Amino acid sequence: MTSFQKKILVALVVLAIVSPIGIYLPAKFKAEDAWGEWSTETIEKLVGFVPAKMKEAADLWKAPIPDYNLGDDKSPFTTQALSYILSGAIGIVLCILILFGISKLLVKKSE
Amino acid sequence: MHIPDGYLSPQTYVPLYVAFGGFIAAALRKVRQTVSTKNIPYLGMAAAFSFLIMMFNVPIPGGTTGHAVGASIVAIVLGPWVAMVAISVALIIQAFLFGDGGITAIGANCFNMAVVMPFVSIIVFKLVRGKASGGWRVYLAAFLSGYIGLAIAALVTAVEFGIQPLIASADGKPLYAPYGLEVAVPAMAIEHLILFSIVEGLITMLVLAFFLKGDPDNIYAMKEVGK
Repeated sequence: MTSFQKKILVALVVLAIVSPIGIYLPAKFKAEDAWGEWSTETIEKLVGFVPAKMKEAADLWKAPIPDYNLGDDKSPFTTQALSYILSGAIGIVLCILILFGISKLLVKKSE
Repeated sequence: MHIPDGYLSPQTYVPLYVAFGGFIAAALRKVRQTVSTKNIPYLGMAAAFSFLIMMFNVPIPGGTTGHAVGASIVAIVLGPWVAMVAISVALIIQAFLFGDGGITAIGANCFNMAVVMPFVSIIVFKLVRGKASGGWRVYLAAFLSGYIGLAIAALVTAVEFGIQPLIASADGKPLYAPYGLEVAVPAMAIEHLILFSIVEGLITMLVLAFFLKGDPDNIYAMKEVGK
């Protein structure tokens, strides 16, 4: 790895550490869900009913760390922030491992 | 912009899975042909960068939230095919581990953010940059690449949402995403045009400046610079 690539790696770790900004700011400015990413409860409030097929599919998959949060949206900010940083770290490790694996399989050794 | 499960009908998500599958197969072939061993570390970093950038939710005060994707700068630095593979990996991890984006919608989300966005971004960058090797024109190209790239991705997403009531309703009630094109398109277009796309544009500019200093010979869309 070049020294420039090492610098990028450090920058990625810094991004993960400051990532809780991404949950702090929306809370601070009272911003709600992203458009089109509502829970079924929110949908019910918005349009008065939950579309039939949406109800069936909404809980299709149980993610191990839903919304990058080990607690829930009532948990103290510290819990949420630490979960968020941990999620970022998991993301970095998995992205690098998976792409390294893909590259290993695909890219031929050259020069 | 991560479409959850239950928002898209199979008539929409199945074709998008197929389209994404075709693109990703082509992208993997391109990676095999074009990526050199010394650039391999960049691939994982690109995916990780995109993963992290998407965690930075930007609020519209009292309104919705959104985020940049990082796909534009990855397309400029590593090329749209590499971007496709890297961003897809980030999106698939987000869906399975963190429930960000649905499992049925992986094809759609990857199509929007990992296929449409890098391609629009690279086209815009090349058109605006022309032959400039530095200076304001390159930075303008980078900004517009991010700005337009994310805006078009959002527009495509909005169309996917907006056609649901047309193709899947029963007794006049939508079965999936409830808002039609007349609501979905303006809502998503405006929030991106006034805020989220600006963030993407600025990130694209900043990271490009970082690469122009650190590894200028290696920028895919500016290959002739530094030679």
